[in-house]
Amino acid sequence: MIAESGHYALVLALGLALIQSTVPILGARWRDVALMNVARSTAIAQLLFVAASFAALVTLHVSSDFSVVNVVENSHSMKPLLYKITGVWGNHEGSMLLWVSILALFGGLVAIFGNNLPISLRAHVLAVQAWIASAFYLFILLTSNPFLRIANPPMEGRDLNPVLQDIGLAVHPPMLYLGYVGFSISFSFAIAALIEGRIDAAWARWVRPWTLIAWIFLTTGIAMGSYWAYYSLGWGGWWFWDPVENASLMPWLAGTALLHSLVVMEKRNALKVWTILLSILAFSLSLLGTFLVRSGVLTSVHAFANDPRRGVFILLILCVFIGGSLSLYVFRASSLKQGGLFAPISREGALVLNNLLLTTACATVFVGTLYPLALEVMTGEKISVGAPFFNLTFGPLFVPLLIALPFGPLLAWKRGDLLGAAQRLTVAGVVALIGLALVMAWTFGGSTLAPLAVGLALFVIVGALVDIVERIGLFRLPLGIAAGRARGLPRSAWGTMLAHAGVGIALIGIVCETSWNSENIRTMKPGDVTNIAGYGLKLESVTPRQGPNYREMAAKFSVLVGGRVIATMLPSKRNFTTRSATTTEAALLSRGASQLYISLGDIAPDGSVAVRIYHKPLVLLIWFGPVLMALGGVLSLSDRRLRVGAPKPAKSYRGLQAAE
Amino acid sequence: MKRTVLALAFVVMAATAAHAVLPDEMMADPAKEARARGLSRELRCMVCQNQSIDDSEAPLARDLRLLVRERIAAGDSDAQVLDFLVARYGEFVLLKPRLNSHTWLLWFLTPLALSAGGMTLWVQSRRRARASDQEAAASRLTPDEEARLDRLIAAEPASEK
Repeated sequence: MIAESGHYALVLALGLALIQSTVPILGARWRDVALMNVARSTAIAQLLFVAASFAALVTLHVSSDFSVVNVVENSHSMKPLLYKITGVWGNHEGSMLLWVSILALFGGLVAIFGNNLPISLRAHVLAVQAWIASAFYLFILLTSNPFLRIANPPMEGRDLNPVLQDIGLAVHPPMLYLGYVGFSISFSFAIAALIEGRIDAAWARWVRPWTLIAWIFLTTGIAMGSYWAYYSLGWGGWWFWDPVENASLMPWLAGTALLHSLVVMEKRNALKVWTILLSILAFSLSLLGTFLVRSGVLTSVHAFANDPRRGVFILLILCVFIGGSLSLYVFRASSLKQGGLFAPISREGALVLNNLLLTTACATVFVGTLYPLALEVMTGEKISVGAPFFNLTFGPLFVPLLIALPFGPLLAWKRGDLLGAAQRLTVAGVVALIGLALVMAWTFGGSTLAPLAVGLALFVIVGALVDIVERIGLFRLPLGIAAGRARGLPRSAWGTMLAHAGVGIALIGIVCETSWNSENIRTMKPGDVTNIAGYGLKLESVTPRQGPNYREMAAKFSVLVGGRVIATMLPSKRNFTTRSATTTEAALLSRGASQLYISLGDIAPDGSVAVRIYHKPLVLLIWFGPVLMALGGVLSLSDRRLRVGAPKPAKSYRGLQAAE
Repeated sequence: MKRTVLALAFVVMAATAAHAVLPDEMMADPAKEARARGLSRELRCMVCQNQSIDDSEAPLARDLRLLVRERIAAGDSDAQVLDFLVARYGEFVLLKPRLNSHTWLLWFLTPLALSAGGMTLWVQSRRRARASDQEAAASRLTPDEEARLDRLIAAEPASEK
């Protein structure tokens, strides 16, 4: 009964989406307010029905209803409750349902909070949302229905893939989808603007918060996924340039570029045509990511959606939406009026440079990801494009980007003073040089690239602080006045500072982890002691344990510093009987921002264990950086000017702050 | 869900698991071992999705790791080891494809995109600057108007007195 209700709710949502995708457009054409307002009610109703459908699937999983195929294939009655819930989206059908749920959520939010939008713009935006939604409802109902029943229900389910039985599954996919799908809003706004043939600075102001929300979630989602891979896959890697990862990186790069070009558009009414294109690209790349992951086009083991029907269906969606939106763009973009002249050296110029480098980086990832597929289709030749390629092509693009980054916020709009900005960045340059020299001395004879990168990272971090320090007059004015100014500064300025500093902090983590990672691979018996980076590690024992749906062999290590035990670490190897699969549970010990990492290899009959021990200096900064970026995004979002529905800018800081 | 897929890849391999680089594979000479590790990171485990043989758990990756070390022990240079593996397994084994007629687009797209983008921006900014100059020129006063304006300005203080 629950399964059928869920299925039915989804069919109704499709019906609503079809209404929403046509009626408001006609309403806008005939200037009929009632028809345009249909979009609002249908978007909210759609959200309710999809939520009901999603809740139905969750209920089926939680109650272990093994008469439903999806539950049989991905659940087990003994599975902990958390994983019963997260298992809902740990499979193809369920994850697509999550995808449309989030799409409906965003549509509903626009309907609820879009009161200040011009009514025809809102009608168009919601209609475009409904086009996307209809396509994906059809996809689910025709090829990936999660509510299918099974003729002979088994007594027990086949359990969820053990690697997915992790808290990471609870956080990573929903975050990532909130990001992916969130870009659908900027896409819909762009299409609506093209249909209406009207776009202005106010448009940018409406789109910016939505883009920012999507970007915040995508940033955290990617970082979270990276940390998950780091601790769960057992060899301490955190980014693999895997096509599936690239699929999420591309929309992030395009989205980051979009965020910056929206600033130019809002403040200076320039870069309109380009901003529209980026809005289309960011979501197109999200769709492409969905296609790459969901269709099974990434050969071999990744093809876990082996059914070609699905692949063809998504490819069709992809062609219609990307092709359609780009054609519309080509036809209508020229009708948009350009505004806001600026000199090459100016805030706008800096943001254009940011866009140029980020989109080139995005193109690099795009070609690296799709080239092998295209080459194989066209010539049958198989090549591999992996980490060494991306490190060589993608990495260098970030050097000019990071050097230019601190200059951007210091340049004035329209015409900036590069020399003046450079003078104000002297402190950052000096700190960077000192850092560079110190690291050089510390790691004498090692790689020269790494200290340079650390210097660059310090330049970015201190450079991000310079702008704020100057604006509040810290070190120059009495502390009380500076504090008052700090409170008066727009939150978006603090957001910029945090996000930019986050980039530098992540870079430090990346450089330290890749350059000064120590590794100790050996076979140990209980009682053996080994050393790494000044820590002694003693293998105390290896003991079997029983978990809820697995058995494990757990090793106990004592961590010694100067002969004293400071902690114990418990890496293990788990065996999941239902799927007869093994997982490696690494043990991690954080010391400041650095980590000790132990993962177990094979356990020999004589009790000796192959162990891989790593010391990863400052590795946590890799994820702390993105967290800061996301926090910066949240701060900017809370800025009054950007708050969804804030009709006028606040006056409170106008007196303290020169106009930007 | 990207991680899901990667995770799945891992499980498929873990079912027949050995572990990436095991103690018994390592070479006695640390310099040679370091070379072997470096090469391993550039070589693909052909049965895995986009994993280097250094990271992979698959038995094939282990065989390849041992092969790389065998070649190094036999005195091959890094380039010779790579040539040997390409001769045996094809270009597919290299994670960094070699530059040839089929891969030049892959390699040169980044610099091409960057310079094309830069050129476009430059041309556009010049065109727009010129357009704004012309606009300014169009709104400039004609000599007649200037003369009239001068007269008016000259006349003004007199009338005030």
